[in-house]
Amino acid sequence: MSSTDDTPVHPYIPNAAPATRDAMLRAIGASSVQDLYADIPVHLRMTEPLDVPPALRSEAELVRHVEGLLSRNTSTREVLSFLGAGCYPHHVPAVCDEVNSRAEFLTAYAGEPYEDHGRFQALFEYASMMGELLEMDVVNVPTYDGFQASATALRMAARITGRTEMLVTAAIGPDELSKIRGYLAPELAVELLPFDPATGETDVDALRSAVGERTGAVLLKTPTFLGVVETRVDEMATIAHGAGALVVASVDPSTLGVLRPPAAWGVDIACGDLQPLGMHQLYGGGHAGFIATQDDPRLVMEFPSRLFGITSTRVEGEYGFGDVAYERTSFAVREEGKEWVGTAAALWGITAGVYLALMGPRGMVELGEGMMARTRYAIGRLGSIPGVRVPFAPSHHVKEFVIDVAGTGRSAATVLSGLLERGILGGVDLSASFPELGQPVLVCVTEVHTKADLDRLAEALGEVIG
Amino acid sequence: MSGEDRRTWPVAAKPPIRRYHQARWDEPVIFELSQPGARGVLPPEVESEIREAIGDPAAALPPQVRRTDPPALPELAQLHVVRHYARLSQENLGVDLNIDVGQGTCTMKYSPKVNDQLARSPKLADLHPLQDASTTQGILEIMWRLEQLLKAISGMDRFTLQPGAGSAAIYANVAMIRAYHASRGDEGRDEVITTIFSHPSNAACAKTAGYRVITLYPDADGYPDLEALEAAASERTAALLITNPEDTGIFNPRIDRFVRIVHEAGGLCAYDQANANGILGVTRARDAGFDLCHFNLHKTFSTPHACGGPAAGACGVTEELAPFLPVPTVEFDGSAYRLDHDRPSSIGKIRPWYGVAPNIVRAYAWIASLGAEGLREVAETAVLNNNYLMHRVLQIPGVSAPYAEGRRRVEQVRYSWERLSAETGVRSEDLGLRAADFGTHYWTSHHPWVVPEPMTLEPTESYSMADLDEYAAILRHVADEARADADLVRSAPHASAVHRNDHGPLDDPERWAVTWRAYRRKAGLDGKAR
Repeated sequence: MSSTDDTPVHPYIPNAAPATRDAMLRAIGASSVQDLYADIPVHLRMTEPLDVPPALRSEAELVRHVEGLLSRNTSTREVLSFLGAGCYPHHVPAVCDEVNSRAEFLTAYAGEPYEDHGRFQALFEYASMMGELLEMDVVNVPTYDGFQASATALRMAARITGRTEMLVTAAIGPDELSKIRGYLAPELAVELLPFDPATGETDVDALRSAVGERTGAVLLKTPTFLGVVETRVDEMATIAHGAGALVVASVDPSTLGVLRPPAAWGVDIACGDLQPLGMHQLYGGGHAGFIATQDDPRLVMEFPSRLFGITSTRVEGEYGFGDVAYERTSFAVREEGKEWVGTAAALWGITAGVYLALMGPRGMVELGEGMMARTRYAIGRLGSIPGVRVPFAPSHHVKEFVIDVAGTGRSAATVLSGLLERGILGGVDLSASFPELGQPVLVCVTEVHTKADLDRLAEALGEVIG
Repeated sequence: MSGEDRRTWPVAAKPPIRRYHQARWDEPVIFELSQPGARGVLPPEVESEIREAIGDPAAALPPQVRRTDPPALPELAQLHVVRHYARLSQENLGVDLNIDVGQGTCTMKYSPKVNDQLARSPKLADLHPLQDASTTQGILEIMWRLEQLLKAISGMDRFTLQPGAGSAAIYANVAMIRAYHASRGDEGRDEVITTIFSHPSNAACAKTAGYRVITLYPDADGYPDLEALEAAASERTAALLITNPEDTGIFNPRIDRFVRIVHEAGGLCAYDQANANGILGVTRARDAGFDLCHFNLHKTFSTPHACGGPAAGACGVTEELAPFLPVPTVEFDGSAYRLDHDRPSSIGKIRPWYGVAPNIVRAYAWIASLGAEGLREVAETAVLNNNYLMHRVLQIPGVSAPYAEGRRRVEQVRYSWERLSAETGVRSEDLGLRAADFGTHYWTSHHPWVVPEPMTLEPTESYSMADLDEYAAILRHVADEARADADLVRSAPHASAVHRNDHGPLDDPERWAVTWRAYRRKAGLDGKAR
């Protein structure tokens, strides 16, 4: 199993060189590496080598092989994509890639606040910039993704209120709902609040009649999964608070240059996904979740995540950073902690901080305004195609909207495959999850789309339908 | 040539202990670097034709949902953003800079650069998870191939790559265990058994999923107590969640008996394989009878730790548990790869989409570069390195390796500085911080400290013999310092980016501040220039 003098030592395993290995064995008084496995009973030891393909030991062979596999993908750079639904095609500034590719960040992990001061400061700054976007004082070191953030926010609300019923807007994606239901089991129940079929907004009357003394929280999303901005948020927050429930809002941070920050309309726990802030789509591998509250110990002590705070050091004028209220966490007290904490998505948090620092106040406003204008233009273009309906056209949208192609006599799937033949990923087929909308397609428009892109989509859709 | 020159040439030999000082930039918080009007990047402008046709829809938002004041973010030119983060990056000590053996249980091995390059390919970076499978055959094939490799390594029948990290994988396993018992109408099982030397997330995830947690402590030899397990296993047992080797680096040779006892009580057994680096190609989860296992792709399989994620977890299960895997699975019919969402018994979603794709690519590439012999060589070298380092460390007066005295360890050792601490009053944490003054560091251990004044070292396969010698020499030097000048060690670090924190404000609700805005408000700085 070990290298001999004629096989080259693997570049990742320096001590596999026979002379080194022998010297180390001699030093510890062992005759072979097998001796070191004495505690593993013979009947549990493998007798055959692992059944895996032969090694690609040279970097050249490895690159050729893996790039060969990846070349079978058609990326959104090669086609025109309007896919969103939680994973968004935003421009990723070069500086974001530069910072998160730096080995000093990429290969650090869990050092102390001193030799890893930079990681602590960068994450404190991330939280601080998110805090400005949300107008909230407490933001976690990111959890895995926005789904986890929603699910944990609801569990936090249940612990704070001691209540077990969660009202969740039905204008939520099926995958996120699946995650929430699974994560809230077995103690907590989920009840859906319907959305108004005319506006796409959550039905306020339904909320009024559903909320009660067992309601721990109301979870809203704005914009909703279907792209609609919830406008009756103050009313809904008042209703929820009137019943002693908390308001949890999942928000898209890329919209907060134009949409009112959740804290201002009474949200107790804000949450969402950071992918729009400087992460590539990465086939869904670029997600990180944020959870934020005001600085109320009752809320703060329910966070499972690490929270990095600022403090003084023994040197005057020096900032130190460290864990706030660490005793909450499962790292400190195992199952007595709040849910659990572990490795999640810190580097994406740092990246989101870089993104917000690059964009600044004006950038976030221009991003939001630009997406709203392009989206409204696209709604107008697509909505004017015969047979294509935009169910919630009069409502406010930022970067996504639904079209219903049932009026063309074609299914959403047929229309999308027609567009793909023309080099366009036209949107997400929602006919299975939202059949009440006919043959719905969720279309995403961001700052990366030009007028020519939107015109091309409209023309191609016209062709496919015509 | 002057006399002075002759004394300094040729260069004298290096001192035995490295003269190190970390970068110390004394960098302000980014808000303090703000300059009104500066811009870092510009979003594309909306074309005038759209502007003319549409106007400004943001202005039409009703007041209760319209932001009136732009967010109070800092304003910086691009160079200043880059420079700020470049400086902060230099104030970290990751694998590429130090002999990172001090972060035991975390497998701080080298992450190959070529794999980072592959993971950054636009063929992956700009791929959307809902694209038609005809346009994603490459990544689907990589996912499918990685599943086959992990099956071979563990002996399990199916894998999901969906969990975002190791703890998320533990949780996914618990969720599958819960669904399995529910599917059989076996409702009374409300307890999960774990061990104190298994990662805290085993206990914490089980509790989150609604279970009462029973924790086994070690017997006199350091093995999880078999009698305690026999007493705990019952008709209430849903599962055993256990690590092996445990965080002590001691392999539990009776592991299959543990599994059998729980199976006989009707429970399932899940193997936390975060500590798999020393046993690749040596022993497998399935061979010890486990029903489920999980790997941390960012540990054993080399994906970078990234300041604490993005990571990746992978759960393996037997055929019997396969129906409960998260959706979707990746299927191959001999000609094409596809995602299968039609799995009615599935626990549903653990995270969005299908997993942390860039790390799936990295882990696949890492295994592909090693093959069967290479993987075995990784394990053997990790174990050799560990036993070599143990040999060196135990020669330092004041340190011990509790339990299993005189026996070999697998991939890591949990040491104790109890003797040195009793002698000098210097705590293990102080020693780890002093090590940072010499360009490395160590982490004590997970709580609770069953091993007093702990230090957990895991040298992996990546470090050379000279690295291990240097690391041991630094520990010896620091221990000597503790005897000679305890205050010097207790006030460390002295050569890091910053000095010791005042901890008081971090635990005081009146003063803690998780954001700059909270700090300025609580410190009464709002409205004042800094």
